[in-house]
Amino acid sequence: MINKIADTIAQAVEGTPDGATVLIGGFGTAGIPSELVDGLIDQGARDLVVVNNNAGNGEHGLAALLKAGRIRKIICSFPRQADSYVFDDLYRTKKVELELVPQGNLAERLRAAGAGVGAFFTPTGYGTLMALNADGSPKETRFINGKNYVLEYPIHGDLALIKAEAGDRWGNLIYRKAARNFGPVMAMAAHKTVASVHKIVELGELDPEAVITPGIFVSKIVLIAHKATEGGGFK
Amino acid sequence: MSTFKPRTKQELAQRVAQDIPEGAYVNLGIGQPTLVANFIPRECEVILQSENGILGMGPAPAEGEEDFDLINAGKQPVTLLKGGAFFHHADSFAMMRGGHIDICVLGAFQVSATGDLANWSTGEESSIPAVGGAMDLAVGAKETWVMMDLLTKKGESKLVSACTYPLTGVGCVSRIYSDVATLTCGPQGLTVIDMVDGLDVKSLAQMIGLPVNLNA
Repeated sequence: MINKIADTIAQAVEGTPDGATVLIGGFGTAGIPSELVDGLIDQGARDLVVVNNNAGNGEHGLAALLKAGRIRKIICSFPRQADSYVFDDLYRTKKVELELVPQGNLAERLRAAGAGVGAFFTPTGYGTLMALNADGSPKETRFINGKNYVLEYPIHGDLALIKAEAGDRWGNLIYRKAARNFGPVMAMAAHKTVASVHKIVELGELDPEAVITPGIFVSKIVLIAHKATEGGGFK
Repeated sequence: MSTFKPRTKQELAQRVAQDIPEGAYVNLGIGQPTLVANFIPRECEVILQSENGILGMGPAPAEGEEDFDLINAGKQPVTLLKGGAFFHHADSFAMMRGGHIDICVLGAFQVSATGDLANWSTGEESSIPAVGGAMDLAVGAKETWVMMDLLTKKGESKLVSACTYPLTGVGCVSRIYSDVATLTCGPQGLTVIDMVDGLDVKSLAQMIGLPVNLNA
């Protein structure tokens, strides 16, 4: 019998190695799997590379992981927010590395990882600083059908932590409103994906026409009591 | 120098809204462009896209009905219109880069006469860089419109021959809606569509410091 339901968060995130690349879902506070991130803090892995759209809000969740000094590098599109002071300090004192990625490139690099695409040409960022590698050398570009493109590579995760609304023991997931955001592409892009859900249902209860993330992309689900998402991440 | 009264932020938003046709799929950038939604007539069906996975985005909810799983790109609570849909980030940005969004309206620090856009960074050492979805929108939407005051607070033109701030996109802007005039930009340079009362092309060209063609 397949049973992807983990009894505890600790069980779901156990074995995360130091140096792992961890994909964390969410946009602002919507879809941030804060409880799973807290579980990762307790688990203890260090020297992490974290991928998220932002760089944490306030002092909990991703911001707490940053504050605990566990993150070596963050890959994101929009770190600067009204309440991103934990990241801001670490960045200014050079205690965390930043790879800034246009949001669409971030999503597509994750999707590419999940879909087995070796690299792809994107129009986004052509002629800008985003068309340069970290060492300042230019990324590969190509002129295709009258348009300029930049070559971008996939982002593979060792672990993805995402937040969904409901799931079943095969790992099928549905989401809630715009909290879906990066969840489905991150689930595809990681070697191991853990989803928090507010409801675990029997097989067959999720409408197969409405399943958003099929269980093949999910390794573990953990039940978390429902709590309304708090606002945050304002610009 | 001619005497004229610049458009207020509301008047400018109204001016942009006037040019959005019924049926258009539109992404409004954070900040001033968000105001445009207030001036799209209720009977005119325009579908607003939000980068975080919403089509058919509606206005802010009534107080007490905020749901922070339903937010816009600026993380403010919004509503969903009947017929609206949710989708994940890769689909959302495929809508932009795949050329499915008809119009995006963005703010800008600088726009060049040929349509280069600089709106994500002023390149200051101490600032935290953040780009978000601006680069995807700027190059992906069928039309990229900029909404901005023509002059900086110091009185320098934000319409320039070449951007000095880091670029968001190359040759991607087609129209500039400013507080004093509406212009097109591109390989032919700047052409005025309209100006506020009391302003003439010569004075406008002087403010910008670049040649401005009259709309034929």
